[in-house]
Amino acid sequence: MNEKTIAGYCVKCNDQGFMEDLNEWNEDIAKELAKEESIELTEKHWTVLKYLQDQCKEGVDITMRKVGKSGIVDIKEFYQLFPKAPLKTASKLAGIPKPVSCI
Amino acid sequence: MKKSILILGAGTAGTIMANQLNKKLDSNEWQITIIDKETKHYYQPGFLFLPFDLYTPEQVVKNIDGFIPKNVQLLRQDVHQIVHSENKLLLADGKVINYDVLVIATGSKIAPEEIQGMDGSEWYKSIFDFYTFDGALNLRNKLRTWEGGKLVVHICEMPIKCPVAPLEFAFMADDFFRKKNMRDKVEIIYVTPMSGAFTKPIAAKELEYLLESKQIKIVSDFNIEKVDTEKKQIVDYGDRSVDYDLLVTVPTNMGDDLILRSAMGDDLNFVPTDKHTLQSKVKENIFVIGDATDIPASKAGAVAHFESDIVTGNILKYIAGEPLDPEFDGHSNCFIETGNGKALLIDFNYEQEPVKGTFPIPGIGPLRLLKENRINHWGKLAFRWIYWNILIKGRPIPFVTSKMKKAGKQINK
Repeated sequence: MNEKTIAGYCVKCNDQGFMEDLNEWNEDIAKELAKEESIELTEKHWTVLKYLQDQCKEGVDITMRKVGKSGIVDIKEFYQLFPKAPLKTASKLAGIPKPVSCI
Repeated sequence: MKKSILILGAGTAGTIMANQLNKKLDSNEWQITIIDKETKHYYQPGFLFLPFDLYTPEQVVKNIDGFIPKNVQLLRQDVHQIVHSENKLLLADGKVINYDVLVIATGSKIAPEEIQGMDGSEWYKSIFDFYTFDGALNLRNKLRTWEGGKLVVHICEMPIKCPVAPLEFAFMADDFFRKKNMRDKVEIIYVTPMSGAFTKPIAAKELEYLLESKQIKIVSDFNIEKVDTEKKQIVDYGDRSVDYDLLVTVPTNMGDDLILRSAMGDDLNFVPTDKHTLQSKVKENIFVIGDATDIPASKAGAVAHFESDIVTGNILKYIAGEPLDPEFDGHSNCFIETGNGKALLIDFNYEQEPVKGTFPIPGIGPLRLLKENRINHWGKLAFRWIYWNILIKGRPIPFVTSKMKKAGKQINK
């Protein structure tokens, strides 16, 4: 396990920069991580991040299909908000683990 | 009058349950009935070998009847709806069957119609699945005469049955074309919606070399929107595209339409299920096993086998009015063919990612975890015999327990 200082906060991160404890997350950290991805967070971004965190707390596996049916964004909009790899990028900014398979 | 327990689906999970319950329930008190509209039972791991002419079709299919115990009634019926509020089933022919306990083992199926352009005129011409008997057989016929080009091995979206199967397909394709002396004519591209071919840190560290040594190119974070059959491209929501000459895809996996008609499923028709007791979240007299659940365990026969002990135990507890055991730990175990007569073995659960070690006897093996070798490959081949003769009959596999063993694993804490 690594520790990393983001926006002045020392947080537990894995090798790929995903936070390991959602309790350590705050909005300043999300803003700092967004800057690294060249994303400026709007109201819509925050709503998506909040949705992902809620799903994670409920123990639900996060998928593209679920986000697309969330009523917050459709998949195209999700790509516009978090370009290239939206599920991975949004998970990182939300302070939750990236989706994984069995190996 | 006897009480009734119904099992829906006579695939791997349902057949194991019929055999387990038949041994545990008093036949003077309980009538066990299993319902399936199909007549054939497929050894689904064999679908991976069929396209490469390594198994014959006869080796992967038998009749359902042969695996259902005499005391269990087998009904060849199409079920229209589960009316869980009234503990009854409506059959397609209009008949009604009442039950006291219901076991849902309706599995998962491919749904190529979920992706625009996938199951149109090119389906089984230049686009194939290998998750069905028909798909695997059609792909075999294609590969026998295919002259090469871009082979794209592709996953549409998660979750899928047997999540490592597409990777195994890519490894075995590499071996297949090498042996045909045409590897230089084939480009193998593995396209996944995940962040890579390996997503767990230890597996990624141990196994990345496989992709490089087999010259398999990875395209990750690819979420398919459509297949453009004119341009022979798959296109993702971010407007990236990958060209193919031959597309071997794992389409969206979904639960049975019966679950949708019964309004009991999630957005993919999987049934909400307690991940430790395997009781449905829909109603307390309904239990769910195998691919039909929404639990975050692998959709695989070995998982259904491990679950069957817990489901059987909890059904007995439910009948006796006792609290259920939250015993299922997500245990999964699978061989991963890597081609060239070798395989890997992984053993893991909800908490423990795949690591190196020995299996099934700690410290001895003879199988090795997360390491490529020949004995694991022989294990995979032997598994077909184990499946037909031990596993679906609900018998224990020697030294293999329902709960994952930590002994014999290199776990860093």
